[in-house]
Amino acid sequence: MSKKVLMKGNEAIAEASIRAGLAGYFGYPITPQNEFTSYMSYHMPAKGRAFVQAESEVAAINMVYGAAATGCRVMTSSSSPGIALMQEAISYMCGAEVPAVIVNIMRGGPGLGNIGPSQGDYNQATRGGGNGDYKMIVYAPSTVQEAVDLTYNAFDVADKYKIPVFILGDGALGQMAEPVLLPEEKPEMKGDQGWGLSGAKGRDPRAVMSLRLAEGELRKHNWDLVSKFEKITEAETKYELTDTDYDVLIAAFGTSARVAKTAIRQLKEQGIKAALFRPITICPFPYAALAEAAKKAKKVLVAEMNTGQMLFDVKVAVEGAVPVEFMGCPGGESFSPEEITAKIKEMQG
Amino acid sequence: MIFESVMAGFGGQGILSAGMMLAHIASHKGLNVTWFPSYGAEQRGGTANCTVVISDLEIGSPIVTAPAYGLIMNMPSFNKFQPRFRKGAKAVLDTTLVDPSAVTRTDVEFYGLSAGDIARDLGNVKVANMVMIGGLLAVSGLFTLDEAVIELPNALSKKHHDLIPLNEQALSKGFSEIKKIN
Repeated sequence: MSKKVLMKGNEAIAEASIRAGLAGYFGYPITPQNEFTSYMSYHMPAKGRAFVQAESEVAAINMVYGAAATGCRVMTSSSSPGIALMQEAISYMCGAEVPAVIVNIMRGGPGLGNIGPSQGDYNQATRGGGNGDYKMIVYAPSTVQEAVDLTYNAFDVADKYKIPVFILGDGALGQMAEPVLLPEEKPEMKGDQGWGLSGAKGRDPRAVMSLRLAEGELRKHNWDLVSKFEKITEAETKYELTDTDYDVLIAAFGTSARVAKTAIRQLKEQGIKAALFRPITICPFPYAALAEAAKKAKKVLVAEMNTGQMLFDVKVAVEGAVPVEFMGCPGGESFSPEEITAKIKEMQG
Repeated sequence: MIFESVMAGFGGQGILSAGMMLAHIASHKGLNVTWFPSYGAEQRGGTANCTVVISDLEIGSPIVTAPAYGLIMNMPSFNKFQPRFRKGAKAVLDTTLVDPSAVTRTDVEFYGLSAGDIARDLGNVKVANMVMIGGLLAVSGLFTLDEAVIELPNALSKKHHDLIPLNEQALSKGFSEIKKIN
């Protein structure tokens, strides 16, 4: 008998966060991530931990910022338009260097769009919707199990580098149920970690802020953030390459990568050799690994549930070594494996 | 092995729970499974549907465009999904609400169960979904009736555990009373 439990993505990510020692959750409801906030509203208070349904997304992310500045393990979750509202504080958090985990269960956009699964926030997550030079770590899980494992680990990564970490899922991942193996429960992670704001009695005061007015201070800080992200790139970049022998390489992340896996199986039955390159961190993007993998292919196909966002990173990585084609499915919809199969046959001419 | 199915009906008929029931059995047996619901405005009184994929291999897409199995509990869902079934698919219809004379596909095997009526005779119309699952198990050979029955305590929330015997009867009735339509 399997020890796995059947859980919806939203609930499973929430449970993984609690098991990672989450001390505080601050959020505001929005479809398709509602089960997330709902799950937290039951389970955080039951453990005597902080749960706040804020009056807006702007309030929620600023509560995260404030609580994170004390060194406690905290998070929020939302969906695309809600995440858009949070961008100012996310920029502040990157500037002030505080750890937190932010989950975006993407829906169709722009604007309120619709509630279907989408990958339209790739640019928002990897380029930053807030002001200034900053980058975050962005994980793009493609199964509920992977979402659980990455989220559980994301809190440690966030603490290690003092940086917000994004979990970028979509409506399909959030709403889908799959059997998952849940990780061990850690104790609640509270405390100032040696840098947080915990009252200055008996020690020098500390400042956690993004404002740096002294001459040359911000310039140095900007370059420090760059070197920090170089270390992150070196140590934390993750990807999956499904095969070693292929003519066509499909680059896809999250839910579209799953669809591509089915297409690859269908193509194999028809004697066409295709493999999947799946960035697990879309920021830092696995440029070097993709460049290497693309060399073995005759063509690369980028498949995304948007109008072509990761496409740019793939082109940067491939550097014209082989032709890169694109198929997109925006608007809160997903393509079928058959559509990818047909596109690849067409590419093979 | 790969089992790709769609379940559809009105919101409130227990379509999503029916899909969850299959997912629980599959998970219990150590198989891979994805259950993906329609979660839009449609679940509020309109049509509701979910796709369930079960396999011993890694499951790629949770989205099923051409299902091999179906469980259809109302007419709008039948009209929507009849054209989408793949050749050789098997689908169970609740003939309480789906008119069997609307069947036009000859390359799909349709089976009928008057699930609504059977459930009402059992004393609770809400178990019509379980009658349908019983029928789908018989038609697909996916799991045995016993494998389904032992999973009822996990599939039903604790507040409904007094209804386990009734659900067991519903599964069993569906399993035995399913009839081929075309």
